[in-house]
Amino acid sequence: MATKKLIKGNVAICHGAIAARCDAFFGYPITPQNEIPEKMSELMPAHGREFLQAESEVAAINMVYGAACAGKRAMTSSSSPGISLKTEGLSYIAACELPCVIVNVQRGGPGLGNTLPGQADYFQAVKGGGHGDYRLITIAPWSVQECYEFMPLAFDLADRYRNPVMVLMDAIVGQMLEPVDLHENFEIHEYPKPWATNGARGRAHNIINSLWIKTEVMEGLNNRIQAKYAAARRHEVRYQEYRTDDADLVLVAYGSTARICRSVVDMARDEGIAVGLFRPISLYPFPEQQIADLAASGRRFLVAEMSAGQMVEDVRLAVNGSTDVYFHGRTGGAVPTPTEILNKVRAVFGKPPVVSHYGRTEG
Amino acid sequence: MNKHHEVIIAGMGGQGVMVIGQLLAHATVMEGRNVVWFPAYGPETRGGTADCTVIMSSKEIGSPVSSSPDALIALNQLLLDKFAPSVKREGIILVNTSLAKPPRDRSDCKIVEIPANAIADELGNSRAANMVMLGAYVELVKPVKLESIKASMEEVLPPRHHGLIPLNNAALDRGAALVA
Repeated sequence: MATKKLIKGNVAICHGAIAARCDAFFGYPITPQNEIPEKMSELMPAHGREFLQAESEVAAINMVYGAACAGKRAMTSSSSPGISLKTEGLSYIAACELPCVIVNVQRGGPGLGNTLPGQADYFQAVKGGGHGDYRLITIAPWSVQECYEFMPLAFDLADRYRNPVMVLMDAIVGQMLEPVDLHENFEIHEYPKPWATNGARGRAHNIINSLWIKTEVMEGLNNRIQAKYAAARRHEVRYQEYRTDDADLVLVAYGSTARICRSVVDMARDEGIAVGLFRPISLYPFPEQQIADLAASGRRFLVAEMSAGQMVEDVRLAVNGSTDVYFHGRTGGAVPTPTEILNKVRAVFGKPPVVSHYGRTEG
Repeated sequence: MNKHHEVIIAGMGGQGVMVIGQLLAHATVMEGRNVVWFPAYGPETRGGTADCTVIMSSKEIGSPVSSSPDALIALNQLLLDKFAPSVKREGIILVNTSLAKPPRDRSDCKIVEIPANAIADELGNSRAANMVMLGAYVELVKPVKLESIKASMEEVLPPRHHGLIPLNNAALDRGAALVA
């Protein structure tokens, strides 16, 4: 443990990007992700890579678009309202089948909201966000270690599927300090990019475009994109289970809320209530089959999110009415405490809220 | 034996709430245990409210959020009033009595009164009040060794504040001596 460094999730993202051989970072400041452009402004030039603070979020995503066209590994980062500004660009990038990585350190919303933690950008991340039939492959770290390790994964998925990949965080995961092993032990694949617009000397021109007037061309593009998503649904589902084997009730949560739920599982188990945790790591593709299997074996679900109820819809789709799906959500920057969620668990089992060994009743 | 400690440190922006939490976190890593430090603050550098949660454990840490911390280090009245009700029953509340009155409705808790600003003033700089509070907490609860806190100073403090390290160390010792 002596070799571990105590850093924030946002800073771990930067070390992960460097390890992933990210060529270019384009960003625009917004809390609670400012440590990313700050650290990148130091690390990228130090490694001979490009760092540029753009004049706006719209400019930054279009710079990513350009760098990706040239076959470079490019990324941007922002927080909720800033991501909204980038969604037009994301639709273009997805339509052009370009790889890139976007980090969203979600804050309380909607609107400008506040700088506190939120998870209310789930729909925007996993259902497309911008216009048209595209998806972002979306992965959600729950620790500072995963912030580091998910960046090489994100760039690899982006190149493999030629599609933008979102790393979906929140202000807790981005701002918390944890000890991290910066092991640099990654297998970084080089993907040939014969489609890149990187100079046509000695070959025919490559054209990267999302404007295709003819229906058959545009529908052909759509079919190709959808085939990639079908492949991602087969090969890229990632999740983690904790004490679900004999659980009557399975908590479903991602990111920092999953960390909170992990403590709730232990608290409930200490009281003799058989609870487990299912943590989707890939939010798109969503681990729907795994949840359907848990539902088929009679387990009920309690979904916890820092939103008014977004991922719970995907859980309900997977469960397809076969069992009960409860929900607990907090919004606007409020963070559920372990006791608060424990009391929801107790309510499912017909038990009164705990107050005795804590200072106050919650939630 | 599992050593598990949850503490909330709260005060006004500029009182050094975050930095004493980071010292605690760094010292915990140095001693080879797990830690999560999580901050909450407004957009201001000074004057707003600031708090951080530090969870230290010899096991893997789940929630970075504490429902009911074992201890509260409160540097001013506003944040003491906000967080005192959430402290675990029979927990510890350290009050900076230079700026706050001890809570009257938590008789179950051990209330530790520390005139931190006055002591820091005696040492020549009231800005070291945070270190007095940290010294008292570390001595009382022993989540880490005071020496590990001192050894974390250079890493945690920005270089422009390294000149304050001797003062900080003296303030830590004074805080510790108060509760020893």
